Amino acid sequence: MKGILKKISQINFGLLSPENIRKMSVTKIVTPDTYDEDGYPIEAGLMDPRLGVIDPGLRCRSCGSKGGDCQGHFGNINLARPVIHVGFADTIHKILRSTCKKCGRILLTESEIIDYRDKIGSKLKNEESITTIIKDIYTLARRDKCPHCDEEQEEVKIDKPVSMVEGNYKLTASEVRERLEKIYEEDYILLGINPEVARPEWMVLTVLPVPPVTVRPSITLETGERSEDDLTHKLVDILRINQRLKENMEAGAPQLIVEDLWELLQYHVTTYFDNEASGVPPARHRSGRPLKTLAQRLKGKEGRFRSNLSGKRVNFSARTVISPDPNISINEVGVPEMIATEVTVPVYVTDWNLEEMKKYIQTGPKVHPGANYVIRPDERKIRVYDETKEAIIEKLEPGYIVERHLIDGDIVLFNRQPSLHRMSMMAHEVKVLPYKTFRLNLCVCPPYNADFDGDEMNMHVFQTEESRAEAKSLMRVQEHILSPRFGGPIIGGIHDHISGAYLLTREGSVFKEDEVFQMLKKSKVPYPKKRGGTWTGKEVFSLLLPKDLNMVYQAEICRKCDECLKQECKNDAYVVIEDGKLKTGAIDEKAYGAFSGKILDSIVKEYGTDKAREFLDSATKLAISGIMKRGFTTSTADEEIPREAKDRIEELLSKSESRVEQLIKAYRDDELEALPGRSLRETLEMKIMQVLGEARDKSGEIAESYFGMDNHAVIMALTGARGSMLNLTQIAACVGQQSVRGGRIERGYSRRTLPHFKEGELGAKASGFVHSSYKKGLDPLEFFFHAMGGREGLVDTAIRTAQSGYMQRRLVNALQDLSVQPDGTVRDNRGVIIQTHYGEDGIDPAKSDYGKVVDIDRMIDEMRIKSKGK
Amino acid sequence: MESGGFVDIDRVEKVIKRRRANFPEKLIYEIAEAAEKHELKAKELETLVGDIKKAYERARVEKGEAVGTVAAQSVGEPGTQMTMRTFHYAGVAELNVTLGLPRLIEIVDARKKISTPTMAIYFEEEYGTDEEFVRKIANRIGKIVLNDILKDFNVNYASMSMNIEIDEEKVHDKRLEYDDIIAKIEKAFKRVEINKNLLSFEPTISESKHAIRELRLLADKVRDLQISGVKNIGKVVISKESLEWVIHTEGSNLGAVLKMEGVNKTRTTTNDIHEVEKVLGIEAARNAIIHEAQSTMEEQGLTVDVRHIMLVADMMTADGKVKSIGRHGISGEKASVLARASFEETGKHLLRASIRGEIDHLTGIIENIIIGQPIPLGTGSVGVIMKPRK
Repeated sequence: MKGILKKISQINFGLLSPENIRKMSVTKIVTPDTYDEDGYPIEAGLMDPRLGVIDPGLRCRSCGSKGGDCQGHFGNINLARPVIHVGFADTIHKILRSTCKKCGRILLTESEIIDYRDKIGSKLKNEESITTIIKDIYTLARRDKCPHCDEEQEEVKIDKPVSMVEGNYKLTASEVRERLEKIYEEDYILLGINPEVARPEWMVLTVLPVPPVTVRPSITLETGERSEDDLTHKLVDILRINQRLKENMEAGAPQLIVEDLWELLQYHVTTYFDNEASGVPPARHRSGRPLKTLAQRLKGKEGRFRSNLSGKRVNFSARTVISPDPNISINEVGVPEMIATEVTVPVYVTDWNLEEMKKYIQTGPKVHPGANYVIRPDERKIRVYDETKEAIIEKLEPGYIVERHLIDGDIVLFNRQPSLHRMSMMAHEVKVLPYKTFRLNLCVCPPYNADFDGDEMNMHVFQTEESRAEAKSLMRVQEHILSPRFGGPIIGGIHDHISGAYLLTREGSVFKEDEVFQMLKKSKVPYPKKRGGTWTGKEVFSLLLPKDLNMVYQAEICRKCDECLKQECKNDAYVVIEDGKLKTGAIDEKAYGAFSGKILDSIVKEYGTDKAREFLDSATKLAISGIMKRGFTTSTADEEIPREAKDRIEELLSKSESRVEQLIKAYRDDELEALPGRSLRETLEMKIMQVLGEARDKSGEIAESYFGMDNHAVIMALTGARGSMLNLTQIAACVGQQSVRGGRIERGYSRRTLPHFKEGELGAKASGFVHSSYKKGLDPLEFFFHAMGGREGLVDTAIRTAQSGYMQRRLVNALQDLSVQPDGTVRDNRGVIIQTHYGEDGIDPAKSDYGKVVDIDRMIDEMRIKSKGK
Repeated sequence: MESGGFVDIDRVEKVIKRRRANFPEKLIYEIAEAAEKHELKAKELETLVGDIKKAYERARVEKGEAVGTVAAQSVGEPGTQMTMRTFHYAGVAELNVTLGLPRLIEIVDARKKISTPTMAIYFEEEYGTDEEFVRKIANRIGKIVLNDILKDFNVNYASMSMNIEIDEEKVHDKRLEYDDIIAKIEKAFKRVEINKNLLSFEPTISESKHAIRELRLLADKVRDLQISGVKNIGKVVISKESLEWVIHTEGSNLGAVLKMEGVNKTRTTTNDIHEVEKVLGIEAARNAIIHEAQSTMEEQGLTVDVRHIMLVADMMTADGKVKSIGRHGISGEKASVLARASFEETGKHLLRASIRGEIDHLTGIIENIIIGQPIPLGTGSVGVIMKPRK
């Protein structure tokens, strides 16, 4: 057992005083050199052995612990002259401006002081931010005359980054420090300084702490050459100048030289803290690369906070390319054997699993269900080798931990970046498979937003029982079928699942009994009784539905006729399920597709996630075997339309184009009537766009009228499997207007898009109307305009991802501390109430029915059906 | 929702009370409505309420749920699917309104100056169908400059003067009063001669200035003289929605418009959240955020549960003033130093914390992740108390 972990309850921040810096340091650093000729660190140098050890095996001279265990010890540099800390330059400037240069009091009247002190006091008591009050004080305390000693004040300006200029005289750091020392302790709080942890003069450094070597480890290159950390380089600079400054001062050098050196020291200390401070040229490495000093280490995406503290690199993880496997469950993930033998699960050895664990060790680290490490009760980790495994088995007893390979049924976390919502990380059950890719069920593509054009995904293996238990009950794929975003399914059938189910269940689809049983075998549905003869697809599909499911809805293929014929719908789009029997209607995207599956949705809500997973697994498999029975393919032949249709489209388009010419003529002749609030030109554009838009739609309609439900491309478009009618008509009939910036194309040459046109030409062709179809092929001009529109789309996407990513980061950061309290309120971590009742009704959107508590109408219908049955 | 007319809520409430259910108001109303629609018998209502109670209990949020993160993800995730196209035609074809991702960002940023402020002005019942009245108001609201009502405009460089002719037809068409216009012109220009609808102007010429330039400047000034309109509002468009006339504007000034006669004070809206806050208060601003965000999403064909947007809006308005999401708003005012430092402006927050002597109590999420402790959310928000045996 490990010892009880201590809980950190708070972190206090404060400023280091010079005394503190000296007290915590183990040595003074004086020499700017690091190592002597023999490669040993020089005492009182930057690599002084007392500062800690990095090499394992050596012992620390200060604390006696071994390398790796010693976190290092600070040293210090005595600065020959005080230097201003860049980070506080602004604060120092504000303080100087707000305090009297003679008496050191804050430039506020007695009554103001009392007033503000009260305000700050009450804010501090409630642990609220005092920033705004301090800001007010700093603006108010800019007086020309001290209210306390009547001394005239001179304006103090800041010359970025650190120089303080009073009137025309530049204050030295020593003078600044003297001024700050004069300030009354009672006034500290008004200046935003907490007297318990900080004094203003500490913002001017007299001693510089030297971080331990563990903070700035040097690396030895292959050539044996040592390469020092950027911080060490900077510290060497500081030491050198400090040394020279000291020598010059002692030798009584002229004031000018001393001041120059002082300035140089200030520069080095400034860049040591922040190498991107405004107004200072950044210190550079010999190669010209700017040095990465303290502020740069912490800041930004690659800084300590965001990349080492908020997020970390982890062990027990794997990454590889993903590929589909329709035969595994949505809950599963196929893990390549190679990965399964590398990442491990720690298992506590008990009397009950002792033999099993021995077997794993016996198999060794190289063959699949084996083990890689054993952890002894004394916490020593021992690698399992084929040579040593016998000895390990010998000693194995309860209390040991065996790190065995991943095996089928283990729970792992599976993730695809960008992790935009919680469904981007779900728990899967391992299924160890041959080959080298992760395999996933196609239904989980939508939540991960994954496809198989080379996407890679990550897998993490849980290392504790608690994490496995939580993952299994909260993070499993089946628990995430419903999206919390809109309360509908986000996991569901896609592509072939949809067209397959449609082909299976559409009117007139019949199968021989042996075919039916083949399909059912594949989808792992319990067999019904054999009855001979043929089965309709609807009957087959009904076998998957829960026996008491009742529902009515309009399918995706619904054409939205003016008057709904309901059960008599000739498109078979009116779906009726009675007592788990599919009476009428075909199954398509609306039934169990991702984002819109109604049957799936009600199964999850009424029968639970286990049933829903079973349904989804078997329905997709049935659809796949259904589509295989019938055969399904598509090609450009699907978009073929007869000559007569082409002629009609041609005629329509030329009519539209002449209509555009008429509009242009009307515009030229000033006969066009402007729309209210628009100029003539804008009106013309809008009208042309409208005419051409209609032309494309109409040509599409013509093409559509030649497409029937026996056309595979049409089946895919109408059932919602893939593609849209627009895609098809663009291939078959006419591509339509290309747009850039939401309008017709008008950029390029002066007053024309291409040199092929006359200046000022406004016709359809000249502004990017693509009159050909994709199948016919675009002519060069059309191709060019099409590429313009296409390029805009690409740029758009690239910009959008960056923008929305940042918005998401801000949203998450702002809202992450909110949680529902036991009393039903929503509060942040300070306990401030944000909502008195979550969402005004306390309903979890993920458990709601598309945002509502229940579908009351449906509930009533079902209730009545039930009571009728009795 | 009230359009359904009278619904017998009492009956439902009685049943609910008997069943000891605690339903939100909206649900009670929905049940009553459904009861009316389906003509439920007493017994049926009883069982229905029972069933709904079960469903309601099942659908409740769990305590400790990280609703904030879920809301943020639900609002942010669809952002990737939105179009960037800034301009789109909304409602009225004549007006451009920012939509899609840029608009959503504008809302969560709580920008003081939004890129396309616009208003939808509705009228009280008796005026809504009166086209003449609405047009009159529209012309009072919309910006009209002198140039819009001119028939003739003449700059005479020889006599150094300028003659204009006001088009009476246009004046009438825009429902303006001739005398008002003249009064405005007289007030703005001193050297003007008025002869019915013929006006002539002369520039004030001093020796130091260039005369022709002065004349041209004067011409611009005359043309751009605003003779009608509300401050900050530009173009207006009148359109008929179902039966009533509605005014859509470019630019927004809710305060001034609401004071106008005949304007419906409950339905007239603006898309400028800060203006709503200023004129109607923080609760209205919260509703405006919800409405604007929701309709931006819907316009893009994305469904996001209101509760998520509500939470975002409530977070933005919890302090009594509209705060932005980001470093100048909520994230910059967090209690924890580590939380602020890990978001943006790391150095600034750490340095400030040191002189203020701030204390981080480590109650938030990110702080606990940083120091490597379990986070106080979900399964991490519960602990175990052991009762020692006596």
